[in-house]
Amino acid sequence: MEDNFRHIKGWGVDADPRNEPTYPMKHYTGDDHQRLNYERPAQQPADVEILKSNERPSLSAVFGTSTPPSGLSGIIRRKAFSQSEGRLGHWMPLILADRMNVIEGLIDDVRNGYLPNFFVEKGWKAEVRYNPVRFFGKIVVAALVTTAVVTLMVRKKRRRHI
Amino acid sequence: MLAMNYRGPYRIRADRNKPDPEILHPRDAIVRVTRSCICGSDLHLYHGLVPDTRVGMTFGHEFTGVVVDVGSEVQNLKPGDHVLVPFNIACGSCPFCKQELYGNCHESNPEATAVGGIFGYSHTAGGYDGGQAEYVRVPYADIGPFKIPEGMDPDDAVLLTDVLPTGYQAAEMAGIKKGDTVVIFGAGPVGIMAAKCSWLFGAGRVIVIDHVEYRLDFVRQYAQCEVYNFKSIGDPVLFLKKATDFYGADVCIDAVGCEAEGSAIQTVSGRRMLLQSGAATALNWAINSVKKGGIVSVVGVYGPTGNLVAIGNVVNKGITIRANQASVKRLLPKLIEHVQNGFIDPKAIITHKIPLEEVAYAYRIFSSKLDNCIKTVLVP
Repeated sequence: MEDNFRHIKGWGVDADPRNEPTYPMKHYTGDDHQRLNYERPAQQPADVEILKSNERPSLSAVFGTSTPPSGLSGIIRRKAFSQSEGRLGHWMPLILADRMNVIEGLIDDVRNGYLPNFFVEKGWKAEVRYNPVRFFGKIVVAALVTTAVVTLMVRKKRRRHI
Repeated sequence: MLAMNYRGPYRIRADRNKPDPEILHPRDAIVRVTRSCICGSDLHLYHGLVPDTRVGMTFGHEFTGVVVDVGSEVQNLKPGDHVLVPFNIACGSCPFCKQELYGNCHESNPEATAVGGIFGYSHTAGGYDGGQAEYVRVPYADIGPFKIPEGMDPDDAVLLTDVLPTGYQAAEMAGIKKGDTVVIFGAGPVGIMAAKCSWLFGAGRVIVIDHVEYRLDFVRQYAQCEVYNFKSIGDPVLFLKKATDFYGADVCIDAVGCEAEGSAIQTVSGRRMLLQSGAATALNWAINSVKKGGIVSVVGVYGPTGNLVAIGNVVNKGITIRANQASVKRLLPKLIEHVQNGFIDPKAIITHKIPLEEVAYAYRIFSSKLDNCIKTVLVP
């Protein structure tokens, strides 16, 4: 490396390999300067759609194949991956897609003849067992707020008709 | 097979119809899970805070299990081996792995460059199904998994996959010198381990800050440290300045991450409106409580977008911030020795063992901090 910088007087005179702020997490070897020119592991075949960060040249050698993108949420996810990881335009659509995916999941359940048991899936049995006062208090508050909102909406509708 | 199945924020179920995992790469192994923990960072997924968390995914990155099948290139594991599996998926040959940054592998996550692959931690961490299941696919099985030493309690082993190494690395990154005052924000499992491990580096005083009384009581006894409830000490920064002769702590550790409480503006903007990557309350307290020229060590998990952080104070105080996902493989030999020597008793933090069938119940207990829950282990 020294040869590349011979033209710069004093290049590297104060370089201290022990001055490595990431030690001991990192045992500096100099491999960083080889960049991505290392012997890569064999490539896992991509049998399902894998979205790839545009900040890397290719898929990593292995990857997870859980839940490939699908439906409307999948369309949003594909769009999100056209943006780099530093942009909100990458992450915010992914969060939107996650929420959309919840609705898609419900539709899938019903389509497959499965009716989700919200009481079990939300683990409310634990709340009833260990935290009944706060849990039922929340239900009462939610019921009151819902009743108030519905009542207001009905009144507004009636007034419009008058 | 039976597996945890994510259906949306605060909603999961035990699914009996999840297909068994298969060998997809010559360096894969299939492991039958014997123990699987719920991690505090799983709650970020459970609460819907991590982008690209897809419905149908199985969480779980802290697990032990028995190898049932190996790919053609796996040399050092065979069916029947009982292994603990680090949460990092690491190839062992990229420049980052070669330098022992196993949490930053470049060959395990196609979907994001900022984080390596992690089992069961959304597609932002590689899209792998995790270990809260009967079986799990383990890539690079010749690198990560570690045979559980003869005589080691499996409950100790499962806590060596993440929580103990993360707590240890938090203390290690803090660069603790003998006699230093160490302040740890967060009395969750990682904060508890960070407190315990701080003594191993020669801390002179260890202080833990949280607001959950039963956890503070636990860490006070388990790690022989001082504890304070931030809801009863007023301004935690001022309190800590006074507690350190108006000098500031030598080092501060953020073991909370994005779901911190204690600041209304951070909570509303970060956790409710998602305008930032969660609430950076603990991180700001750490920055503001540490001495000039001090070190802030961050192991709390934050999302990928950004946070309101007092970066001006970092500059003006000359603070060094050190952070990373724990490099579990690097730390395992040393930590196994510490456990075997009796310096640390990881399994003491396990408060709940729950069958995998009741995974939704288990998550709710951990998430809502019910029944004095500190650490939950799922047993398939």
